[in-house]
Amino acid sequence: MSDNHHNNYLTYPKGIMSWLLTLDHKRIGLMYLFGGMFFFFLAGVIALGMRLALATPEADFITNDQYNSMYTLHGAIMIFLFIIPAIPGALGNILLPLMLGARDVAFPRLNLFSFYLYSLGAVFVIYTILAGGVDTGWTFYTPYSTSSTTNVIPMTLGIFIIGFSSILTGLNFIATIHKMRIKGLTWYKLPLFVWALYGTSLVQITATPVIAITMVLLILERLLGIGIFDPALGGDPVLFQHFFWFYSHPAVYIMILPAFGIISEIIPVHSRKKIWGYKFIAYSTLSIAFIGFLVWGHHMFTSGQSVFSQIVFSFITYFVGIPTGIKIFSWMLTMYKGQVSFTPPMLYALSFLFLFTIGGLTGIFLGAVALDIHLHDTYFVVAHFHYVMQGGTIIAFLGGLHHWWPKSFGAMYNQTIANICAIGVFVSFNGTFFPQFLLGLRGMPRRYATYAQEYADIHSYSTFWSGILGLSIFIAVVNLLWSLRKNNKLDPGTNPWGALTMEWTHTTSPPHPHNFEEEPVLTHGPYDYDKVLVKPTLKRK
Amino acid sequence: MSHDKSSPDFLYHHFYDVNQQYETSKLGMWAFILTEVLTFGALFVAYTIYRAWNPDMFINANLLLDVNKGLLNTIVLIGSSLTMALAIWAIQLKKKKLSLVMLFVTFICAAIFLGIKYLEYEHKFHLGQLPGEYYSYMGPEIAHMNNPHIFFSIYFIMTGLHGLHVAIGMGLIAWLMVLTARDKLHSAYYTPMELVGIFWHLVDIIWIFLFPLFYLIG
Amino acid sequence: MDRLTEYLFPKQVSTFAQDIDNLFYFIFYTSLALLAIVTFGMIYLAIKYRFKKNDEVRLTSSTDHNSILESSFVIIPLILVSITFVWGIKSYLNMVTVPNDAIEIKVTGQSWFWTFDYPEGGSTLNELVVPSGVPIKIVLSSKDVLHSFYIPVMRAKMDVLPNRYNVMWFDARHEGIYPIFCTEYCGTGHSQMNAQVVVMNPKQYNVWLAEAGSEDDDLPLDELGAKLYSKKACITCHTLDGSPLVGPSYLQTSQMWGQERVFDDGSSATIDDNYIRNSILEPQSQIVAGYQGVMPTYQGLLNDRELDALIAFLKTLKEDSEI
Ligand code: HEA
Ligand code: HEA
Ligand code: HEC
Ligand code: CUA
Ligand SMILES: [Cu+2]
Repeated sequence: MSDNHHNNYLTYPKGIMSWLLTLDHKRIGLMYLFGGMFFFFLAGVIALGMRLALATPEADFITNDQYNSMYTLHGAIMIFLFIIPAIPGALGNILLPLMLGARDVAFPRLNLFSFYLYSLGAVFVIYTILAGGVDTGWTFYTPYSTSSTTNVIPMTLGIFIIGFSSILTGLNFIATIHKMRIKGLTWYKLPLFVWALYGTSLVQITATPVIAITMVLLILERLLGIGIFDPALGGDPVLFQHFFWFYSHPAVYIMILPAFGIISEIIPVHSRKKIWGYKFIAYSTLSIAFIGFLVWGHHMFTSGQSVFSQIVFSFITYFVGIPTGIKIFSWMLTMYKGQVSFTPPMLYALSFLFLFTIGGLTGIFLGAVALDIHLHDTYFVVAHFHYVMQGGTIIAFLGGLHHWWPKSFGAMYNQTIANICAIGVFVSFNGTFFPQFLLGLRGMPRRYATYAQEYADIHSYSTFWSGILGLSIFIAVVNLLWSLRKNNKLDPGTNPWGALTMEWTHTTSPPHPHNFEEEPVLTHGPYDYDKVLVKPTLKRK
Repeated sequence: MSHDKSSPDFLYHHFYDVNQQYETSKLGMWAFILTEVLTFGALFVAYTIYRAWNPDMFINANLLLDVNKGLLNTIVLIGSSLTMALAIWAIQLKKKKLSLVMLFVTFICAAIFLGIKYLEYEHKFHLGQLPGEYYSYMGPEIAHMNNPHIFFSIYFIMTGLHGLHVAIGMGLIAWLMVLTARDKLHSAYYTPMELVGIFWHLVDIIWIFLFPLFYLIG
Repeated sequence: MDRLTEYLFPKQVSTFAQDIDNLFYFIFYTSLALLAIVTFGMIYLAIKYRFKKNDEVRLTSSTDHNSILESSFVIIPLILVSITFVWGIKSYLNMVTVPNDAIEIKVTGQSWFWTFDYPEGGSTLNELVVPSGVPIKIVLSSKDVLHSFYIPVMRAKMDVLPNRYNVMWFDARHEGIYPIFCTEYCGTGHSQMNAQVVVMNPKQYNVWLAEAGSEDDDLPLDELGAKLYSKKACITCHTLDGSPLVGPSYLQTSQMWGQERVFDDGSSATIDDNYIRNSILEPQSQIVAGYQGVMPTYQGLLNDRELDALIAFLKTLKEDSEI
């Protein structure tokens, strides 16, 4: 391969404006990546502050109001600025066209616009922080949110804008997947990551409009007192909850489906084995996306809905578990008769399997309405969603980051350190959040700045491990960034894992500005490890 | 990896051919229409719920709306949908002038629609039939009814959001007129016009739901 | 099992608590089994098929499905889920069917305390007193934002809404004093919006009903005031150490005795007995500058003697701090 600087999207074209106005999906993806990581860091540091405050029952160094504002910002930033927009925005953008053999996404300008909408939303959220925070919880339940004196409007406006960004990204991905595949790349030859993004995008375009309009109504309620959600004006606060969860339950699948996709890529590659049950995994993605729309009521088991709705929502909730289980077992069986290497991405994928299974199964506990009445709004729920979101999505994201890092940057991190961090994250994550199941069972409510003495021991234990968790993630990220130093570049032809998907076999690392030097021709399926042999290579320049 | 010399200038570099570009844009537009339907869908749900809870109030509040103006607006908007379709038909047949005229008529219809809407709003503001806390009208039709302000909240939000769409549509139609006049759109490439057409029909259809729900069923 | 229950759960006090804990155990043990399959399967496969140092990189097997195995992925979970569903619904219906002979107690949530109104008249603040062995129906409503009424030992919880009545019930089997929490976020004092449920045997309960409150009759005023200060939830908003919380600290009020208090509309008044009394009964009429008018009225919740007690208590603070 010729070594002129034109064949690398990172270095060509040059200049800050060429980044800010870029239409290149890979660059836009990187901007999402760094934006998202910044907010992850911010919300993570806030979380550590909360944990410190929770180490003892009294609110020692912060007031109730500060604590309330902290957990709201932590939750809202993690969800609305990091895992919903940034993971599909980053990995999805970088990889989707490469996996399809396309030169770019369907609508590159829209893609850039979407990134700027995300940034604009982020500005509102940062303003909210600087102006003193907001204390409603990330769920914004009325009528508290219509009467709170904190900055509800800038926050919800930010979320409204980010919602648009999310819709446009989803729309773009759908059009890309339908229309931008190269010749011969039929639906069943797509990498499963693409299927996962397809499911994600479908949920994004169908659910997000509802949260957008809900946020508008909430803002109008505060500004004009329209009376739709405010009981003092004849409105119904429970209607707000229905609207909110009609979006936010499907949104949890916006968060987890990309992670499923990442795992479906990592495990076959690092086991050098054809994926188990391709079609099952592909269809389970769609059925999860679909069933996900019918279960929102399980967040409202104590709101006083009719007994009949309770039973129906409980019933449907269980059914999400079945397609998810199919995926879990298929990933596990993929290793059968393969050649499993314990690389950093693989370690993250294996810890994903364990942690997500715990998170998902505890979701079934919560789906059982009789039990949820005891557990609702306790730390059991907090533990559940950290197991699925952090133990699931974030761990998969870290795995994906390690997997595609050499592809995106043409550089390899120190794999030993990465492995140690992966184990460190696994252990300290369990140390932090497993005890919270116990807290919840014993009745410790969430969103409590101060609490009863009897919960103190478990809380301080959780706090201790959260520090190690933060440290492990921090070192893992620094290890990645450190690989970007000068003189650490890989040979452009490197394929360190011997992977078969098109982004590895058909272009360089990092890829050409237009993705492929020539129009790519499909030569093999994404998981043909039984037919095509590509030896792992790791050559420095 | 650039296109060969013969590729037309309206083809973006990342598409392989014109047809792919056309199909992609259209799919994108339909996906967008889906999100629009869901946005209004949430509001229709709110409407249905409050109607079910306050049937009498809705029936009486409904009498306060001006059916004639609403009907006129319906006719204007349906007419504009027709002229929009004609504009596309004309450009396909290389009748640039006709296409421009049709776009212009569409634009004018949209303006008339907003003008009538303005008169309606104006009248309601005057009477104090305002959303939420600002509501002050206590006429005989509505006396003794619970929460009439909610009816007007929903009315203003839904028709307001729809009006916003009409205004955006006007902007888009103006843009189409410029493109057509400058020969950027022609019989070989009129995708933008077709996409705006889809959008405009959506705006029309939403009104066709709003009109009976607010003005007619009593 | 009993030891485990003691470790995992709060005491089982309501009649249905045990049933719910058993539902938990059923899901818990099946989940444990599923988790074990996933974990050990994963470890076994990963180690058995690991890539060893001297291995050649080679083409691998093309096995990627097994119909029997795959149908079991669907059928076994389906069976488990069905059992869970039927069990769960049975328990749930038990929890929502209120017995006809239940005693009805009205619970009102308000930022940030609870009031309990008993059928025989009389009311308590932040302390729910119920007889054991008798079904209790709780009717909930809120005066402001959402709250949620949670008694862990009863395994019972229900949201408290401003515009409607929600209902829950329990039948307590064991006497004792247990915590009540608010579990729907409701602002600054959310985590202090706690109360207690006192379960008495029915005889004691009747005695209590008859002489509710009278035990305090012979306390000196300032001591009674100190007791009311925490019992009537003043403590959630007013401190005694001079630091402002939601409302001004009592210490400050006490030290400013006889001086002018400035209100948010610019007017002012002298802090004296009448001013304090008015502040408690009609807090919205004069709002201290720099604070919000969120203090609830205590009209009807405090009798004259109790008001006097609170005022007496407030006055003592200044003297204490001067020492
Ligand atoms: C990534 C995000 C994510 C994901 C994927 C999930 C997945 C699931 N969640 Fe979770 N959930 C949240 C994020 C997520 N959740 C959040 C953020 C909240 C709290 C919001 C708030 O209040 O702030 C929440 C709250 C929440 C509640 C409300 C609790 C309450 O407030 O009282 C419930 C109740 O049913 C629930 C259930 C489920 C279920 C059944 C699944 C299922 O999808 C899980 C499916 C997976 C499995 C079941 C495991 C693997 C399967 C097998 C090993 C096969 C065998 C399976 C069976 C026999 C069933 N979740
Ligand atoms: C993606 C979602 C996500 C993630 C990853 C996390 C991560 C963490 N969360 Fe959070 N959490 C939520 C979503 C999430 N949370 C939500 C939605 C709520 C509910 C809010 C509500 O009730 O409204 C919540 C609530 C919540 C609570 C309950 C608060 C309460 O109810 O009172 C607690 C308490 O322990 C907690 C703790 C933590 C901790 C310790 C982490 C840690 O794992 C964080 C560790 C990470 C870091 C410390 C950052 C690491 C460092 C870097 C990334 C450096 C890289 C950058 C550079 C080098 C430049 N979270
Ligand atoms: C929900 C919070 C809250 C609770 C509970 C509460 N207060 Fe207050 N209180 C306030 C606030 C806020 C103010 C200041 C605004 C005002 O004047 O209304 C205040 C003001 C006062 C004042 C005037 C103080 C001054 O320095 O001028 C008195 C006296 C008082 N409260 C007494 C009580 C008593 C007695 C109780 C319990 C029986 C009580 N409060 C419970 C919030 C509360
Ligand atoms: Cu009341 Cu929380
Ligand atoms: Cu959910």
